[in-house]
Amino acid sequence: MTACGTSIWGVPMAEPMIEVADVNAHYGLSHALHSLHLTVSRECVAMMGRNGVGKTTLARALMGLTPPNAQGSIRIFGQDVAGWPPHRIARHGVGYVPQGRRLFPSLTVDEHLRLNLRAGPTGERWTVEGAYELFPSLGQRRKSFGNQISGGERSMLAIGRALVTNPGCLILDEPTEGLAPSVVETVATGLRELSQEGVAVLLIEQNVKAAAMAADRAYFMAEGHIVHEATDQAAMTDDEVLAKYLGVSA
Amino acid sequence: MNLDTLIFLGLNGLTLAALLFIMASGLTLAFGLMRVVNLAHGAFYLLGGYVGVQVVQETDSLALGIVTGGMVAMAGGVFMERLLLQRVRGLDLSEALLTIAVGMIIADGLLAVYGGSPISLPLPPDLRLPMDLGVMMYPTFRVYIMIAALALGVVFWLVMTRTRIGAAIRAGVDDRETAMSQGINVPLLFAGVFGAASFLAGVAGVIGTSYMSLGQGLDVRVLMLSLVVIIIGGMGSLKGAGVGALITGLVYSFASGYAPQFALFFLFLPMTLILVFRPQGLFGRTT
Repeated sequence: MTACGTSIWGVPMAEPMIEVADVNAHYGLSHALHSLHLTVSRECVAMMGRNGVGKTTLARALMGLTPPNAQGSIRIFGQDVAGWPPHRIARHGVGYVPQGRRLFPSLTVDEHLRLNLRAGPTGERWTVEGAYELFPSLGQRRKSFGNQISGGERSMLAIGRALVTNPGCLILDEPTEGLAPSVVETVATGLRELSQEGVAVLLIEQNVKAAAMAADRAYFMAEGHIVHEATDQAAMTDDEVLAKYLGVSA
Repeated sequence: MNLDTLIFLGLNGLTLAALLFIMASGLTLAFGLMRVVNLAHGAFYLLGGYVGVQVVQETDSLALGIVTGGMVAMAGGVFMERLLLQRVRGLDLSEALLTIAVGMIIADGLLAVYGGSPISLPLPPDLRLPMDLGVMMYPTFRVYIMIAALALGVVFWLVMTRTRIGAAIRAGVDDRETAMSQGINVPLLFAGVFGAASFLAGVAGVIGTSYMSLGQGLDVRVLMLSLVVIIIGGMGSLKGAGVGALITGLVYSFASGYAPQFALFFLFLPMTLILVFRPQGLFGRTT
């Protein structure tokens, strides 16, 4: 894998690729995100927390699917994207793997990838064949429709279709859900390598092992707030932290 | 029951099915993409019909009339979508009421300009002659309408299955939100589909005038039949529009021939049963 240049779309290497400041969002009547502040540079950052703490709402707010309240700002590659429609944010160079995969039943595996294939901030690094090399079992199901493949293959396809957009920033909402442990390792290693190439990866994850394998650091969320930040991998897998914020041990 | 009558009603049913497919194919895709039921679709049929037939009368060119009718209806559709519908996006009731209002304004405007007398399409002499289909003689132009609908079906099938735009439309119909999050500009795609649907309604208005005279109230009749087609077939499904058009055209034709007093009953019975027992239609998907 080749290293990226010194900037992506004019953003210097050291600058944050995703910069969230004072973001609040409502989901229906509930106040789902409370004045969030976070940054993701060219690294893989995990966002962890129990179910229902606002992780998915955060991903949706970043993608413009659940627009945040007016006062905060979301800057991606240095540009304020708050208020942009989702397709514009995606075309800005943001790859998105939604919760539940959300594949299209009318499209084949191959069509999912070809529809999303485009040159992005990372040029043409990822191709359809590249996605099949990363996930060989998808290559054997090219003609199958989105609702005809296994749970694991759905996760692989959801990740694959985000990769072929050649994103400068990748937001993944529990991508390893339903994957076999060996594939989880492939995905985690792949995300780590992507971040080393210069892509900003925000990994929303409950699988502690996957998060620890992929991420450089982690935020922990509870009730719509960021309540803790683990600045390295050791701190991410600290028993006390995991027990307190996830109710599990590493 | 006379065999010739049976065949004649069958062919009439297929002609109506062809017209309905031309009307409903775009309408169903537009609905699938943005969940907007365009209740002005019948008025675009009438608009294209009146303008197109006038062009045919004045120029003696059927092709020019068909294209002009389609273009005028498309202009009306694009105008409504870009300048009016966009302002009430997401408000279901407002969208429906707005399209009804535009439909009524267009229909009344046409009444004022063209008057209330029925108008039929002046066909060139060679298209007026009947064609020998082996089983019976049948008006040549109606045969061409059926061929045109088949050709349209093939073009739609090719676009939807072989092109990137077709894949994007299928993705948008399946799940608009996810399609947008993957970078597909669904609102722009919708504007294109809406324009194409309006064009087809206008074309149907011109060629359909050889089958049903243009007149007051026809907009509501063709809109109603188109809605029956897409409800039976499944909103958002092209295959559904094809099958729904066949069912609707044949049922309406046979019922009108054999039991005209029950024609509407036979038409709305299958629609009602489908709404109750399979609300997504024969080929529609539940979301």
